[in-house]
Amino acid sequence: MTRRDPQFVIATPPFAKRAVDTPAIMRHVIYALVPVMIAAVYFFGVSALLLIAVCTGTCMLLEWLLTGRGNLGNSPVRDGSAAVTGILLALTLPPGLPLWMAALGSAVAIVFGKLLFGGLGQNVFNPSLTGRAFLQACFPVALTTWSPQGGLGAFLEMRGDTLALPLLRPVFDGISAATPLARMKFESEPTDLGALLFGTIPGSLGETSAILILLGGAYLGWRRFLNWRIPVGIFATVYLFASALNMIDPGRFTDGLHHLLSGGLVLGAVFMATDPVSSPVTPRGMWLFACGIGVLVILIREFGGLPEGVMYAILLMNAATPLIDRITQPGIYGAVDHRAGRGD
Amino acid sequence: MTQARTFRHGIHPAEHKALTAGRLIERIAFPDEVILPLAQHIGAPSRPLAKPGDKVYRGQIIAAEGGFVSVPLHASVTGTVSAIAKHHHPNGSLADAFVIEVEQNSPQTLYDEHATDWEEMPPSALIEHIQRGGFVGLGGAAFPTHVKLAIPEGKHARWLLINGCECEPYLTSDHRIMLEWADSIFLGVRVLARILGAEKSFIAVETNKWDAIKTLVSRIPADLACELVPLETKYPQGAEKMLIKAVLDQEVPSGKLPIDVHVVVQNVGTVAGIGDFFAFGQPLIERVVTVTGPAIRRPTTLLVPIGTRLSNILEHCGGLTEDAREILFGGPMMGTPQQFLDVPILKGTSGIVCLTEEQVKSRQEYPCIRCAACLDACPIFLNPSALGSLARTARYDEMMDYNIMDCMECGSCSYVCPSNIPLVQRFRVAKGVLREKQARGKAA
Ligand code: SF4
Ligand code: SF4
Repeated sequence: MTRRDPQFVIATPPFAKRAVDTPAIMRHVIYALVPVMIAAVYFFGVSALLLIAVCTGTCMLLEWLLTGRGNLGNSPVRDGSAAVTGILLALTLPPGLPLWMAALGSAVAIVFGKLLFGGLGQNVFNPSLTGRAFLQACFPVALTTWSPQGGLGAFLEMRGDTLALPLLRPVFDGISAATPLARMKFESEPTDLGALLFGTIPGSLGETSAILILLGGAYLGWRRFLNWRIPVGIFATVYLFASALNMIDPGRFTDGLHHLLSGGLVLGAVFMATDPVSSPVTPRGMWLFACGIGVLVILIREFGGLPEGVMYAILLMNAATPLIDRITQPGIYGAVDHRAGRGD
Repeated sequence: MTQARTFRHGIHPAEHKALTAGRLIERIAFPDEVILPLAQHIGAPSRPLAKPGDKVYRGQIIAAEGGFVSVPLHASVTGTVSAIAKHHHPNGSLADAFVIEVEQNSPQTLYDEHATDWEEMPPSALIEHIQRGGFVGLGGAAFPTHVKLAIPEGKHARWLLINGCECEPYLTSDHRIMLEWADSIFLGVRVLARILGAEKSFIAVETNKWDAIKTLVSRIPADLACELVPLETKYPQGAEKMLIKAVLDQEVPSGKLPIDVHVVVQNVGTVAGIGDFFAFGQPLIERVVTVTGPAIRRPTTLLVPIGTRLSNILEHCGGLTEDAREILFGGPMMGTPQQFLDVPILKGTSGIVCLTEEQVKSRQEYPCIRCAACLDACPIFLNPSALGSLARTARYDEMMDYNIMDCMECGSCSYVCPSNIPLVQRFRVAKGVLREKQARGKAA
C-alpha cells in the first residue's frame, strides 16, 4: 500500500475561484473616486489636495498602528478599506476646513467608526459618516463654511483656514458662499441644474460634481463592486417623494430634480449608502434601506431645521440594518411558505 | 427551439472543456489488476459472493445487493479473485474491496451477452433487471438507479428528465457520450419512459454543447415523445433542483424529492449504459471518465473498466506534470481530492481533474464585507453571509433558522466570495454536526 504522496496538498473544493478579492474591490472603489478627487482639486485647489491627503493618511496610519503591531506585511491596512474611509470622509468636508479638524475627524472615523466595532466588516455605521457626524457636532460653524470655487489659476490659494492651528478659534474670512440647498432653504432661490450636474457650485469637496460621481458609480455597478439597488432606490424615492410634495405646494417645496442633484445626495447614495458593511445584504432589505434613506432625506431637508439630511438619513438606516436583514430573509428555493418573497 | 432556459442565480466559472471536448472516447487497455470496493454507491454495500481463488468472468455478478437501496457488483474483467481486503477508497477511507488479477490473453468477452426483450416485460421486472445490472447514477452521486424508478405508492411520474448538462468545469464525459452514443441513449430513454409511464421525456443540454444538441435532435426516433431542451451554460445547472426549475419551471419543495413534482431525473451517461444493457446485456462494468486539467500531459476522455487504478490511468494519459498538486475525482466545484495513486475508479467517478499550484494555492481570508455576492450566487436563495458568520462561531443551531439543511454544497458562494471565506467547507461541517444531533435526538 502506498503512503500518502507528499506532492498532493490537503485542500477542499471548490477549486475554481472568481479572481476578484476584497482588496481588489477596495482598489476599484478608489479608482472610481479618482475623477471626483481630481475635480475637487481643480475646483478648490491645494486645500482640497491637503484635506484628502490628511484624511486618508490619518485613517491608514491609525489602523496600521492600532492593529498591525508594526508588521505591515499582514496589517489589515493593506486591504484598502481604511484608505476608502479617509477619501470618502474628505469628500464630505468643506474645502476650507482646518486640517487639524480633518485629522481629528479621521481618527474618530477609523477608531470609533470601525476599529472599536472589531474592524472591517463589523461596524454598524459607515465610518466616514461617523467621523463627519462627530465633526458636525463639534464644529458646526467650520463644517458649514463653504468657500467659493476657483479654477486652476487659484490652485495655490488656500481656502478658509486650512492651516489654522489646533484649538485656536479659526477666523473665518469673509469669502464664504451659500450652498445651493441653503440658498433654496433660506432664500428660496434655486440653482441652475446644469451647474449642479457639473459641480460649478460651492459645497463640500465631493458633493459638487454629480456627473463624475455617477460615472464612478456606474463603473462600480457595472463591475458589480457595488449594489445598484441602493442608489437606484434612493434616487427613485427622493425624486418621487419630492415631486409629490412639490405638486402639492410648488411654492413651499423644492422640485424633485433639484433635490436629486444638490447637496451630498449623489455622493451619499452612490458611495456611502452602498458601503456593503453597513447596508443590508438581502435584495428586499436593500430596497427597504434605500427607500428609508430617500424618505428621511426629504423629511429632514423639507421639514427639519437643517438644509442637508443625507448624512443623518444614512446613519439612521445603518442602525436599522441588522433588523432589516432579519426581516427580509429571501424565500428559499422550494420554500413551503411562499409568502417570503425574493425581491429581485 | 427558443431561447435557452435556466434557473435564477448561479455562477459562470471558466469552463476549460476544450482540453478534451474534441477528442473521441478512447478505450484504455485492460490493467493487470482491478480493485472493486463493495461500497460504490449510496446505500448498503454489496455482499460478496465470489471467494478468493475463484475464477470470475467479465460481467459476472461477484457480490449481491445488500438491500433494496443497493446494487450488485460485477467483475469488470475476466480473471481470478486474489483477495477481498481493505483498500484505499476514493472517499478517503479504507474499505473492503475485491482484488481481481486479470487473466492474461483473455478475450475479455461478456459473461452473458444477450439482448433483452424489454417491450414484453412489466415495469416491475424491468426495474429489477436494472438493479441486477448494477446501475447507479453516473453523474457523480452514485444513487442506485432502480430506486428512483420505483415510484412510491400514491405518486406518479409525468416527466422523465435526462440530465446532459455536465455543468462542472473541465468534465466532458457526458458531452462525448451524447456525441458518440446517441442510439444507446434513445434506447435507454424508451425503456425508462416505459417503466415510468411518463408522458414525455426531455433531454436537457447546456448550450456550450451545441454539437451534442444537434446530433441528438437529428437522431430522435420519430415515435419517441422526447424533446431536446437547450439550457443556458451556468453552474450548477446540472443539479436536479436547478434542472427541474429550468426545464419545467417547477420547484421541488424543501425536503422533498423530484417525484413529488412528478419528475424523475437521470444522468445521460446512466441512460446510455441502460440502453446498452438492454441491447446486449452489458451491466455497469465500465464507464467514461474525463482525465483532464493543466497537470496531466495528455488530457483524454477514456472508457475504463471500473476498478482500474488511478495510477494506470495517469500513466495512459502521459503522466502528471512536475507541478501537479491535486488530483480530484469529479469536477473542481464538488469533486473529492485524492491522496493515493492506487485508488480505483468507481461507478460514480465522472472525471479525474489534475490541478497545479495555481488552482489550489490557499488564499488569504478577509472578514466578510457583507457584499452580498454570495446571496446573488446561491441557487437555493440562502444567505451564505449570515450562515458563514454563524458557522465561524459554531452557532450551528441558529443556522437552522437560515435553512442550512437546504444547502446543496454546490460551492457557488465560496466561488464568488471576495473575502475568500471557505463558506461551503464550513457548511459541510455544520450540516454534519446538525445531522448527528438530529440522529441522536431521534435515538433518545
Ligand atoms: S460573498 Fe463573502 S464577503 Fe461577500 S457577503 Fe458573502 S460571505 Fe461576505
Ligand atoms: S453551497 Fe449552499 S449556500 Fe453556497 S451557494 Fe451552494 S447551496 Fe448556496
